Amino acid sequence: MTSPPLGRSTATRSTASLRHRLAERGIDTSLLMLVPALVFALALFVYPFTYGMGLTFQPTAATQEKWGGGAFSNYVAFFKDTFVSDSVWLTMRLALPAALFNVLASIPMAFKLRHRFRGKKLLTTLLVLPITLGTVLTAQGLLIFAGRQGWLNRFLIQIGVIDQPLALVNNYLGVMFSLVISGFPFAFLLISSYLSGIDPSIEAAAKTMGADWKQRFRRIILPLLAPGLATTFILTFVLAFSVFPSARLVGDAMGSTRVMALMAYRAFGEQIDYPMASTIAIMMGVIELAVITAVLLWRSFLYKGSTGGKG
Amino acid sequence: MTTKTDTSGAYGVEPPTHAKGRSGARAPGERSLAASPTTWFVWAGTAAFFIFLIGILVSVVVDSLGKSWFNTWLPASFSKDWYTSAWDQFEMTHIIGVTLTVALVVIVISVLVGVPAAYLLARRNFPLKKTITMLFLLPVLMPPITYGIPLATVMYNLGLGRTLTAVILVNLVPSVPFVIMTMTPFIEQINPTIESAARMSGANMRKVFTKILMPLLIPGILAASILVLVRTVGMFDLTFLVSGPQSDTLVVAIYRAMTAAGGGEARQLISSMAVVYTLTMMVILIVALKFVSPTQLVARVKESRED
Repeated sequence: MTSPPLGRSTATRSTASLRHRLAERGIDTSLLMLVPALVFALALFVYPFTYGMGLTFQPTAATQEKWGGGAFSNYVAFFKDTFVSDSVWLTMRLALPAALFNVLASIPMAFKLRHRFRGKKLLTTLLVLPITLGTVLTAQGLLIFAGRQGWLNRFLIQIGVIDQPLALVNNYLGVMFSLVISGFPFAFLLISSYLSGIDPSIEAAAKTMGADWKQRFRRIILPLLAPGLATTFILTFVLAFSVFPSARLVGDAMGSTRVMALMAYRAFGEQIDYPMASTIAIMMGVIELAVITAVLLWRSFLYKGSTGGKG
Repeated sequence: MTTKTDTSGAYGVEPPTHAKGRSGARAPGERSLAASPTTWFVWAGTAAFFIFLIGILVSVVVDSLGKSWFNTWLPASFSKDWYTSAWDQFEMTHIIGVTLTVALVVIVISVLVGVPAAYLLARRNFPLKKTITMLFLLPVLMPPITYGIPLATVMYNLGLGRTLTAVILVNLVPSVPFVIMTMTPFIEQINPTIESAARMSGANMRKVFTKILMPLLIPGILAASILVLVRTVGMFDLTFLVSGPQSDTLVVAIYRAMTAAGGGEARQLISSMAVVYTLTMMVILIVALKFVSPTQLVARVKESRED
């Protein structure tokens, strides 16, 4: 409740100087409407982020003693402490396949379901449902449904496919399921909207000239869809990369799903080592940025290739 | 849907001329373009996905109603004891109250702050516009925990840790940019000549806003509010970092119950809380859909994501 007064008072305080400077540049006062939002962004996003960045160079005495490296002690600890640095690999091993699967499985689905048919609205509504379920309920449901005594294992044993119940939760697979259930609808909705943005007459033209569906998909749809696929991949990857509750609830939190977010929370909430927690959080951002950059580079490469072929 | 499967599968293998002739009788564009293996893959995938989805939902509901459920297909007997004991043990009234308070305050503030900013971004050109847009875009694109931990550290340093204020402030960080990103395309599609006409007739900025823009913006604001509501009620990461026993929202309370020391609470207790959470979410959505049409909602989602 204290936030609006906070935003407002800062806005009015800076009004005088701001108006003066804006008037000099010939910009009218309606730009002041932007001020509350800017104050919010600066106070609640930019300031904490730079503060956290600074915090990573102020390691606690304990960290400094154990790992050395002076102001960079947190980073030394991050790379040298295998318990922490292994989590990077563990996170990647979950997030990359999950994001890839969500995008690749969405393409044929979106392709198939792009036309009007009975029940499409129902299907879309059902697909939005997992978004309202949230990770915690999905986790609880997976534990019951796919657990050792759950309906899934019981059914598979009953029809004689397996003898022993499969271990589907409390391990890598459990987190994977939860990532697909929460990430797939999102990827599907996005790719559908990108697909509907492609002019159907282009495909019709190719068809007239005798291209079969494989050629049409490979030469027409895919190049046009590629930028959208890259964006979808990035967004689903970001979702999967920061997986946190499900890694703890349906995963093996001390083993195969000890992801970076868990390590960051462990430093923050359990060890009360704020500098180290910020370090892990910032490193998460850096690694994620690296993956996003790689995808964007690949995308520009692919796009150039296809237009070059056409031209 | 099953009949459609058959026909689309058949179309794929039929010679093109024949398919064209038959599709003439049907709605244009209804013909499938891919061959039948893809059709099979798509429907098998959809089926598997929905088996999991419905299995998850139904098993939680059954679990929350069963007395004890171990080695059988269904629980031996049903009762609603878990709900009453969950209600007493976790002070559900308080938790739901907190959840709704946080969500409502976040909606009001993020709309009040976000809509004017979205208006400017949609209508004006000014120096540093690209930078400012980027600044608003970042919190939506970044995973919450990356900026959440430094933000939570600041909150604890300010002495706001574990308070309701901190939970609200933290949830505003993705919500304000989200409202801006959703409202900017919505405002862009409103014809600016309406505003110009109002200006020429002597209306000032405030009058243009309250008399002209507000009525036109209401559907967009409602859609954005609903999305913020869903996001805030479902937001785990940020709330979890700053909330305490008195300021836990429903999701965080369920998580804490699941991970409590000593193996967590009884599974059925948690299931019943999870069902309450889903029901709350559904009620919100049903009430929301009374005001906003679902297609508009989905369209908004897509638009904001495409940005």
